Amino acid sequence: MKKIATGNKTVAEAVKQAAPTVVAAYPITPQTEIVEQIAEFVTSGQMPSRYIAVESEHSAMAACIGASITGVRTFTATSSHGLLYMHEMTNWAAGARLPIVMANVNRSLGPGWNIWAEHTDALQERDTGWLQVYVSSVQEAYDATLMAFRIAEHNNVLLPVMVNLDGFLLSHIMQPVDTVELGDFIPAIHLPHAIDPRHPAGYGTLTGPDQQFRFRWDIERSMRDSVKVIEETEKEFARRFGRKYGFTEDYRCEDAEVIVVAMGTLGKEAEVAIDLLRNEGIKAGSMRLRWLRPFPKLNLKGKQVVIIDRDYSFGRGGILATEIMAQTKEEVYSVIAGLGGQEVTYDDIAGFVRTRRMGEEFWFGVNAHV
Amino acid sequence: MFEIRIHSRGGQGGVTAARLLAMAALHDGKYATACPFYGAERRGAPIVSFVRIDDKPIKVYSQIRQPDMVVVLDTSVMDVVDVLHGLKKGGRIFINSAGKREFAGFECRNVDLTGIALRENLVVSGSPILNTPVLGALASMGIITAESGKRAIREMFSDERNVKAAEAAYKEMSA
Amino acid sequence: MLKCTSACAGCSDSLALRYVLKAAGPDTVMVVPACCTSVIQGIYPNTAFNVPVYNIAFGAAAACASGMSNAFRAEGKKTNVIVYAGDGGTLDIGIQAMSGAFERGTDFLYICYDNEAYGNTGMQRSGGTPMGAKTTTTPAGKTDAKKDIDAIVAAHDPPYMATACAAYPQDIFKKVQKALTFRGPTFLHILAPCPPGWRYPTEKTVEMGKLAVKSGMWVLYEREYGKVTIGPQSKVAMKKPLPLEDYLSPQGRFKGIDPKIVEILKQRITRNFQRLAAEEEASA
Repeated sequence: MKKIATGNKTVAEAVKQAAPTVVAAYPITPQTEIVEQIAEFVTSGQMPSRYIAVESEHSAMAACIGASITGVRTFTATSSHGLLYMHEMTNWAAGARLPIVMANVNRSLGPGWNIWAEHTDALQERDTGWLQVYVSSVQEAYDATLMAFRIAEHNNVLLPVMVNLDGFLLSHIMQPVDTVELGDFIPAIHLPHAIDPRHPAGYGTLTGPDQQFRFRWDIERSMRDSVKVIEETEKEFARRFGRKYGFTEDYRCEDAEVIVVAMGTLGKEAEVAIDLLRNEGIKAGSMRLRWLRPFPKLNLKGKQVVIIDRDYSFGRGGILATEIMAQTKEEVYSVIAGLGGQEVTYDDIAGFVRTRRMGEEFWFGVNAHV
Repeated sequence: MFEIRIHSRGGQGGVTAARLLAMAALHDGKYATACPFYGAERRGAPIVSFVRIDDKPIKVYSQIRQPDMVVVLDTSVMDVVDVLHGLKKGGRIFINSAGKREFAGFECRNVDLTGIALRENLVVSGSPILNTPVLGALASMGIITAESGKRAIREMFSDERNVKAAEAAYKEMSA
Repeated sequence: MLKCTSACAGCSDSLALRYVLKAAGPDTVMVVPACCTSVIQGIYPNTAFNVPVYNIAFGAAAACASGMSNAFRAEGKKTNVIVYAGDGGTLDIGIQAMSGAFERGTDFLYICYDNEAYGNTGMQRSGGTPMGAKTTTTPAGKTDAKKDIDAIVAAHDPPYMATACAAYPQDIFKKVQKALTFRGPTFLHILAPCPPGWRYPTEKTVEMGKLAVKSGMWVLYEREYGKVTIGPQSKVAMKKPLPLEDYLSPQGRFKGIDPKIVEILKQRITRNFQRLAAEEEASA
């Protein structure tokens, strides 16, 4: 059914359909509407879930862990400082191989208090063992949330999945969204290591130097296996519901000489910039990175690459740029733009491409645009 | 793509108006996005919300700088905000006002939405409701169809007075 | 609890654990944050527990149990969810999560076994360390008083809470059984003397617990729907307490304690007895 809804409301709608047994969450702008909506669904009996209104994000993830290990489906949502506050527990969730699904509304980190879009919050979680997908429309937020449950709970994965949507730009925008009849798209959860008092076991007990690396490798092996599961899930989603997704969304890349790589709404707005550039005779294309973990193999051979980072790793560079440079030998122009919700238009993006200086880093709004 | 900026005061329903407009456009078979100005909303403070309508999927998320149309739900905002800022040459204006106004180089229409809301007894907590009747005015200007406007209103509000107010605004504008 | 754990010799926590698990029965899951008990379990792939044990990070036990309890109840399971945390994980780093879980009415039993310091990391001061006790981070003796976690828990008005001591097996057994009959959050605070931490000979562990109760440094009582009942052992101590010095002098951690601090401790014992007796009378 087609309707108009915000990104937040739509994520809540997807969660309602996935019907987790336990939702434990703590409010934070600009995510709050998700948990408010879920609380409303639970209270009004539209969702057969237990909603635990925890006292912090650390406890939100801890409660999801405690629930998940009993073998039930779980969900939480957070943003920015909330995500960082649960950082210890996000590591735990992945290490404990729990298929928790979380929506993270990407938001800048303080100080100062800034509630607007930035990806640094989620990118600081990139080494935790969570799968991470970044969406670019309300529809995609809905679709990705549904798929996240199926991917996380697949027995070849059993790792948590974080669905990222840009603060305000997606969380609060209203767009058409086509909801689906889910059917059996998300199979019943079966956690092979669920706690069972009839079969006592120790979970996360003291583990020596001769064993710990095996568990770490197991996470990585599943992370690698998740590539196929993601592909299968997206294929099945397309077959059932008609909407196609991939690790990247490529736009006019085939004959492009220069490719813009970005995530989230910037990656979508870049397509408008590409059309402008093409009209000027510049052979440009865009590649919107959807999955950051597992990180896909990007086909950038022979292209100039303009990477827009809505994030930064101080003392090193744009995080996306750094990730891509580790994978390709192609020349990169690294643009840092959109931090703390800084306005970046398709005209600006076209400008980055026109005036690119390969091998250099450019801070939008700080450096003079040459 | 047709871009609209709606000026109102916090609490007057500017964001809801944007949403209803987007829903109506969707019913017209178009694509639409509606967004509030991103920030803390304060009751009574001048606020803006935005609507984009297009025949193809909308990929733009940055704010509307050069709208095709400006909607003013509360003329008192005009004392503190330049509502014409960035409005495209020949752009359209709708003002909730009983008196006709002229702006050189723009097409300006008006109707007294507040009066209509009061006549229809469409008042909540002492404030006349503007965000539903405005759809009638915009339908009259051809931004959406009247049918889609009414459908959008009915999907969101069960009180039929909302539809009647929109119809009244449509009639007055089209007269 | 199975035979052969990796507890220290003379560990009273491993005694308390035995009584707790016996009382709780097989349909039980323990949630254990970082603490001595996470060591006592043994090293992967072994476990000394005959019930599932979920280990969770230091500050997260109560929140984790909160999720677990909700999931079990949602599935119609009556499985006991018991947090078993030390004083550090309860009075200090875990207090926020614990307060939240109590406030939310979580159906679980929270047990704090209190050895009055961070034991498995080599005895650093905690909020549970009594005034005057030497730890590795209070080498001259702690200057601040022990945090009254029982009063903090009582402020959450749980249906049942009690104190206990590892030296009184039957008392622990009864209190755990009783706690598990309530729906909602219940709390048990067990004093767990620690030979290496308190610096006394390993064979004196039970005696040390009894001295704590007899001197009044530790009071056994229950609070059921607000009604306070002081245990018979502590009733005896209230009438005729052993000299506090009898409890302090066998312990290396109190060696060379300032007589002024001993005075303060004595005053606190008297005040504590008076307060509890008044509460018992008022709630009778």
